[in-house]
Amino acid sequence: MINTREITVQEGSTILQAARKAGIYIPTLCEDPELTPWGGCRLCIVEVRGAKNLPASCITPVRQGMVVETESPAVRHARRTLIELLLANHPEDCLACERTGECVLQDMAYHYGVRRTSFAGKRRSYEIENGNPFIVRDMNKCIICGLCVRVCSEIAGLSIIDFTNRGFNTKITPAMDLPLEKSDCVFCGNCVAVCPVGALAEKPIWGQGRRWEVKKVRTVCPYCGTGCSFDLNVKENRVIGVSSTTEAAVNGRWLCVKGRFGFGFIHHRERLQMPLIRSPYLFSKVTWDRAIDVAVGKFKAIKSKYGPEAIGILASARCTNEENYLLNKFARAVIGTNNIDHCARL
Amino acid sequence: MRSLIDKCCDECKHSKETPCSDYVICRLEGPICHSDQVCAARRRELLVRAVPQPGFGWRKVLVCGGLTCGSAGAFGLLHVFRGEMERQGLGEEVSVALSGCMGFCEQGPIVIIEPDKTFYRRVTAEDVADIVSTHLKDNQLVDRLLYRDPQTDAVCPTYSEIPFYRSQMKIVLEHCGFINPEDIGDYIAAGGYRALTKALTGMSPEEVLSEVKKSGLRGRGGAGFPTGRKWETARKATGKQRYVICNADEGDPGAFMDRAVLEGNPHSVLEGMLLCAYTVGSSEGYIYVRAEYPLAVQRLRIAIEQAERCGLLGENILNCGLDFNLHINEGAGAFVCGESTALMASIEGNRGVPRIKVPRSTEKGLYRQPTVLNNVETFANIPKIITNGGEWYASIGTERSKGTKIFALSGKVRNTGLVEVPMGISLRKLIFDIGGGIKGGRQFKALQIGGPSGGSLPEDMLELAIDYESLTGAGAMMGSGSIVVMDEDNCMVNMARYFLNFTERESCGKCTPCREGTTRMLETLERISRGEGSLGDIPFLEYLGGVIKTTSFCGLGTSAPNPVLTTMSYFRSEYLRHINDKRCPAGECVALRQFVIVTEKCTGCGACSFVCPAKAITGKKKKPYRIDQDGCIKCARCYEVCKPKAILRR
Repeated sequence: MINTREITVQEGSTILQAARKAGIYIPTLCEDPELTPWGGCRLCIVEVRGAKNLPASCITPVRQGMVVETESPAVRHARRTLIELLLANHPEDCLACERTGECVLQDMAYHYGVRRTSFAGKRRSYEIENGNPFIVRDMNKCIICGLCVRVCSEIAGLSIIDFTNRGFNTKITPAMDLPLEKSDCVFCGNCVAVCPVGALAEKPIWGQGRRWEVKKVRTVCPYCGTGCSFDLNVKENRVIGVSSTTEAAVNGRWLCVKGRFGFGFIHHRERLQMPLIRSPYLFSKVTWDRAIDVAVGKFKAIKSKYGPEAIGILASARCTNEENYLLNKFARAVIGTNNIDHCARL
Repeated sequence: MRSLIDKCCDECKHSKETPCSDYVICRLEGPICHSDQVCAARRRELLVRAVPQPGFGWRKVLVCGGLTCGSAGAFGLLHVFRGEMERQGLGEEVSVALSGCMGFCEQGPIVIIEPDKTFYRRVTAEDVADIVSTHLKDNQLVDRLLYRDPQTDAVCPTYSEIPFYRSQMKIVLEHCGFINPEDIGDYIAAGGYRALTKALTGMSPEEVLSEVKKSGLRGRGGAGFPTGRKWETARKATGKQRYVICNADEGDPGAFMDRAVLEGNPHSVLEGMLLCAYTVGSSEGYIYVRAEYPLAVQRLRIAIEQAERCGLLGENILNCGLDFNLHINEGAGAFVCGESTALMASIEGNRGVPRIKVPRSTEKGLYRQPTVLNNVETFANIPKIITNGGEWYASIGTERSKGTKIFALSGKVRNTGLVEVPMGISLRKLIFDIGGGIKGGRQFKALQIGGPSGGSLPEDMLELAIDYESLTGAGAMMGSGSIVVMDEDNCMVNMARYFLNFTERESCGKCTPCREGTTRMLETLERISRGEGSLGDIPFLEYLGGVIKTTSFCGLGTSAPNPVLTTMSYFRSEYLRHINDKRCPAGECVALRQFVIVTEKCTGCGACSFVCPAKAITGKKKKPYRIDQDGCIKCARCYEVCKPKAILRR
């Protein structure tokens, strides 16, 4: 029974899962359905009748006849205190923070009406790490939820980052507190995708636009044949970043460095936008019709002189399935050769 | 045959390769595998040499090898004794050995002479010649080294006459201090490994379990979970491998009972673990011992190596089909690794951080396999329970807390050391009868029981009968059993600050309330002890402490506010003095104390001016001196050196 509502769930479910199934909101910071449970942030505490303390709902399994309250005075009181404790060691930087508008801590403070922390005292003070082209790490904003650590080990399988030091001085770092670019990090950026606050941010989007200013355009990654999809963040007709989404059928929230950060070519000034034809030494811009005419002429010439077997076609993983299908048809039906291969067929 | 565990002659078939269920009995009553009068006589002789009995002529000088006596010079005494005995021509009938901790650390270095158990205290190298000539050669007591009861001034020549030992009941520590911890032969001679033999040859694992359950033994690590129930769950759980872990990561400030047991009688722990392995069906065990206990680690290594050599560890133990391998895992200095799941994470090579406890460790513990984890003292109780039966053990103690408990007395108590008493004894009896009261005739103020997770109890709680429930009810806890006694010179705010400082540093950082909350509490306490506190700090500490207690992930966090909360409820006036009057009544908070010279009492000797590092005391010889309050750094050196007690601390 949660908040006087009777709820039936599968045995072994946690209180949090049961509450979510019933549409009851319990705030969480360190929980992620795709990662192993951690139970560290303690914001999902609930009151269980008969229990001595306030257990964390994300790691407490339900029992037959359990009576749970998710917003009792004791719970709200403790939750507010925990939010204040986190804020007491967190820069009051919401105005300029990249995550504003999409920050779980901010949302929670809003939800529970925490205007500012009532705790004064020491704060962490680390340099902002900005030395690589992809990820900005501001460990002053870190709330030590450990989601990035779990993503790195469970999803990326790399375990580049982990907790170091202990207690108040706990910090998430690569080995030996090296900067990311000196570690074996592959910059997949999946840690950024799960970071609930502004401790990790994508560098390209840094300062380029507020979350509510961007239009999200779902697209398929152009880089390889896996077919990951994600949202392009478009502001004033310019792509300023990429955000992954749980709605992506193939990849979910997980991307690689190319998909997440490799969009710079879209508005690059050297990007090819017109076909070029090389007349002995120089490239000259031509129309598409002219370019196709030239290509057709050359194919015909080769085919008639040396036969279709003289032509081979290499397809690209950056083409869509449909384009590759057409290329295949083109090779076999139009040219009349079986010499077709694909770069992803390694 | 030089030791009890050696072969008596070639007839003896006992070796690791040919395990035999009579191995231990053969050592004690044998040889029984063959009959040879010479061998039997030699065995009897070795037995009385290991554990001397009156009337046989063999004597043994036991030098306490506990760390307290050792650091007071006992380690060196061993060689001095050997040299002196050789010089004075004493024969083979007197042997010298280093023993484990005898418990009465205050009086160290201690030397006991068996079989009379003559007790010599504060023995130095210069005293050795006297002991050898007067006691060992002439059979006279060395009076000046004997213990005198400070209350009656009566001489207590032997161990059992000393009030400190008289009121104790030694079960776990029975042999600690009387056998050589580095010789398995001594342990066997004292009756060791008989419980294992009894269980392996005559009892089913169910019967062992039922004895442990009947005994009512509860975990001695602090939480007091019933040991039998823990074993039963692990026994029923399914898994590829079951593990037995001994938690020897004793970290509470003021606790040293586990160290004493490991250093004084490591085999009792090994035997307890073997019995557990037999009961739950385990073949792999770990002892997680803190690396700060090098002597305990060394003695454990020796014990394991000797037990393996005797076929008491390894494969097919005592030919009864039990396999058990034991590994030592040294901790890396984190207090939180004493928490069972953090300890297991640490053994696995991961960061020592508590893990989710559902399912419990008994079902999915080390490497996700069923695991029994018990404390050193818990395991050391097991052989006694099997030997004497669960009912015997259950007859000691209180309704819900059975048996005895070792407490480590430290602080301002006169008899600091280790004491083992039955559960249910009153705190007053423990502190005043066994502990001998407060040092220097000062006034008792409080005791902190259970280390940094425990609480402070004032004088009117002294009648409390010690058991798990009564202590928890009073806001403290049994914990490991460390008791730090404080007198009127101790400031309770400072004490709470000290313990909170410890937990704040040792918090692993996993959960928000413990990581961030203890820091904020500590900052508030530091403000109060600097005289910068405000009245709002008291309800603030109570409310924040309450949140940390109810929301933290593991026991470290849920108990971290205890010292603060208990001192605030029992010694609130002291907090108020710090906040309202900016005064520390006990004079311990450096920022708040002030030293002044009482002119009438000052003899003008100038000692204070001489020692003052800040040159803040001025005056002329034979005239009263004065302290310049602006220059004073409040170090208290003047206060300590002033003979006529003319300096006031306030």
